[in-house]
Amino acid sequence: MSARGAIGWEGQSLLAMLERSEQLLAATGRYQGLEELTLKRSDPIRYEKLFSRLRGGLVSARETALNISASPIVKEIGELCFALYTPEGDSVALSTGIIVHVHTMSDAIKYMIRQRYEENPGIAPGDIFTNNDAMIGDVHNADVQTFVPIFWESELVGWAAGVTHEIDIGAKTPGSVPIGPISRFEDGIDLPARKIGSHDELWRDHVLAGLRGTRTPMYWTLDEKTRLAGAHMIRDAVERVIAQEGVDVYKRFIREVIEDGRRSFQARLREMTVPGRYRAPAFSEVPFAKEAQLPSYARRDTLMHAPLELRITREGMLELDYDGASAWGHHSCNCTPSAMQGAIWVQLTQLLICNDKVNDGAYLALRSNFPPGTWSNHSNPQCSTGIAWSFLIPSFTGFVKSISRALQARGFVEEVLAPYGLTANAFQGGGIDQYGRQSATTNFGLSCVGGGAKMILDGLDYAAAMWNPEGDMGDMEMWEMIEPFLYLSQRVKPNTAGPGRHRGGSGYECLRLAWSTPFYEMQNIGNGYCFIQAGLWGGYPAATGYRHNIRGSDFLDLIQARAPYPQSEPDPGASELAAGIAGRHDFDIEATTLPEVMAHGDLYLSIYRGGAGLGDPLERPYESVMADIAGGFLLERYADSIYGVVPGDPQATERRRGELREHRRAKAVPVREWMKSERERILELDMIEPVQRMYAESMRLSERFARELRAFWELPEEFEFPVATPEVELSKAMLAGNAAEGTREASP
Amino acid sequence: MKVDPAMLRDLLDERLPRAQVRAIQSAYKDADRFDKYVAILQQRVPWPEPIVLPFGEHLYIVAKGAGRYVIKCDCGQELGDYRSNWKLEALINVRATPAELAEIYPEKMHGHPDYNSLREYFCPGCLTLLEVEAVPPGYPVIHDFLPDLEGFYRDWLGRELPGGPA
Repeated sequence: MSARGAIGWEGQSLLAMLERSEQLLAATGRYQGLEELTLKRSDPIRYEKLFSRLRGGLVSARETALNISASPIVKEIGELCFALYTPEGDSVALSTGIIVHVHTMSDAIKYMIRQRYEENPGIAPGDIFTNNDAMIGDVHNADVQTFVPIFWESELVGWAAGVTHEIDIGAKTPGSVPIGPISRFEDGIDLPARKIGSHDELWRDHVLAGLRGTRTPMYWTLDEKTRLAGAHMIRDAVERVIAQEGVDVYKRFIREVIEDGRRSFQARLREMTVPGRYRAPAFSEVPFAKEAQLPSYARRDTLMHAPLELRITREGMLELDYDGASAWGHHSCNCTPSAMQGAIWVQLTQLLICNDKVNDGAYLALRSNFPPGTWSNHSNPQCSTGIAWSFLIPSFTGFVKSISRALQARGFVEEVLAPYGLTANAFQGGGIDQYGRQSATTNFGLSCVGGGAKMILDGLDYAAAMWNPEGDMGDMEMWEMIEPFLYLSQRVKPNTAGPGRHRGGSGYECLRLAWSTPFYEMQNIGNGYCFIQAGLWGGYPAATGYRHNIRGSDFLDLIQARAPYPQSEPDPGASELAAGIAGRHDFDIEATTLPEVMAHGDLYLSIYRGGAGLGDPLERPYESVMADIAGGFLLERYADSIYGVVPGDPQATERRRGELREHRRAKAVPVREWMKSERERILELDMIEPVQRMYAESMRLSERFARELRAFWELPEEFEFPVATPEVELSKAMLAGNAAEGTREASP
Repeated sequence: MKVDPAMLRDLLDERLPRAQVRAIQSAYKDADRFDKYVAILQQRVPWPEPIVLPFGEHLYIVAKGAGRYVIKCDCGQELGDYRSNWKLEALINVRATPAELAEIYPEKMHGHPDYNSLREYFCPGCLTLLEVEAVPPGYPVIHDFLPDLEGFYRDWLGRELPGGPA
């Protein structure tokens, strides 16, 4: 213990407080073992006012502090969040923003407690800590957290914390979601729960290291000041509350409000869902076989399997299980349990606890299983998580889909949502900007993709992001100031939305012209080979994307000659860009690529995805389809093949829809009959290696998945996909080693 | 917020103004929504079996008596015991070639059939498209939802299943 003595309550150490809290939860099922919410019961108005004042302090901190930042993704898009924690690291309340981090920051605080930071390096009034290590508590390095302890007299009464999403993290490749790293040593600036300041001031060596570690030093340092200012505002707000209410009331309140959150969440589950088992697997891709610069072990195509199973128990517990997931890989899309648990937050707050107290109470009412060795819990200290979102986002499409089945069964039709759109493409890169300076960017146009279709409405067009409930694409003028790329157009992209009775929200596209840059590395990130998730009840998945990059183009010659030029690509099957612009066209479904240089005069088409559809498209009203055509949401030739609509003729539409139903009868076969041929296909291994490897990884990591797959297709007991799965074997060796050493490295 | 049966009917039929829908979304939920919803659906289906649980668009779990519960389409087609995967009783069309996928998505916007295809599940009775799956070849038919009917009725609603213990 430090010279100051223990800083916990009543002379306890923080570690003792944390262990006591966990013991009480395990023994009673209730936070801190609370039976009665006496403060709430005796003075409910005071209780609500307390919550409102703390919540107000957090929102105010966010809205004020973001003005310090110069980074567009923080200042304009709002990629930040603040939260207040108990001394043990349980969240009491949070601001708006990227609330995925409410729980990741909780993990980081608990890590510091378990590692006895109280003794060394010490936790004192005015200290400042930081973290961006996903194995400790984060999604990826670009989400940088700041922690400030809050003391009242000699006791720690809580933690104020803030997180911002950096526009560049100094990784192997530029940007905030770097696609280049294949190990964590390439993930960029590494801040594994470090003390970085005292007496309310950041230490100079830390500040200088940050400035030297990123491609965007100004954004980095101002973001740090943003987080620190916000955390200090929260501390001030807490101190005001304690001064007025008394520290004992405050202590009681932060206990009760978390238990209240737990009870409230369980009540909401009972009120709005149905107990049972829900399944909704999702898929994603890492097409790296083409990437010649990678080492051989990373140079291959990967199909990710996210077999989400959600169970709601009679007792009101929510269980999320990824048993059967495929393996981690030598790419930057891997996740940690902290990231996965954070993602649950984002979903719950938008689906079930959107109008009640949100804090760690809900976390206490759910159980999760992210099996070690899978992409959802890589358990490998060398593994990269640079763009963990690339798997995290697809994998949680099944969550909204499953909860929506429950919501519909209970009659809450106004809440039902089909799966959201993948927040892609990431227009991201770095190099020399139009001012001749080193720079990097991640354009947050991707935070406005299509939302999933609703049961009573089409999906939100170009305005949604799974990870930020307040999606905002920012202003083109602002992006043009920081990116050496001009906007030639930004418009609706037809057919990006998943068709259905209600279609998904539409995506859009931007055509960008590289301007006054001699060197800017640009990549593409998104799905081109596979759909991530189908819609609901006959709704189709959103379209996949593609890349269209044109290098060495004659675009500037066309301008010089005052000749007309194409501005968009509504139909890639009849591309005006391909026909009208000379140059090297990378025009294919390779929608994820490592960076390649672009320079003045090159063109980049960035395609933002739509959301999934809901219901049988033949039930979509004629007028809605006509409005889609008129609005540029649907290419006219698809009115017939998807919707059976004959433009301009509602009566003919009815006849056509009848014909299409008969066409279905003629073409479709009984499922059990089709299963016989599909079984033969499996036995003959008639599928590409990445698909076989996906199954092999899942089967070797999960006996249950292997057993169920064999049982479903009536395969021989010894059936295996005969492909190598080196990451599975590596994981098993590492996990066995960890177990032998008795370490808990695998599960931070 | 009080959502009476007429309002719920209008909500379902998409006749409510957006502001009112928004108000319903933002308010605390009406505790008896399930019973009101089931009552509306029951009036709309052309068959007599009691609906025990709405099961997505067009499908319902209905009580057949003697503790038997089956999944039934609103056209009257039955799709097996509620504990089984109804898709196994459906018709299927698989879009697994570029030409088949191109009927739904433009070129370069439908992925690659080697990675995944679209499985369309139709009701054998009315040919309504009931579900779509986007999965790699060889993926087992997904059993989307297996409700705990007994637990839902007895433990959550506080009453017995309408058709006797399952």
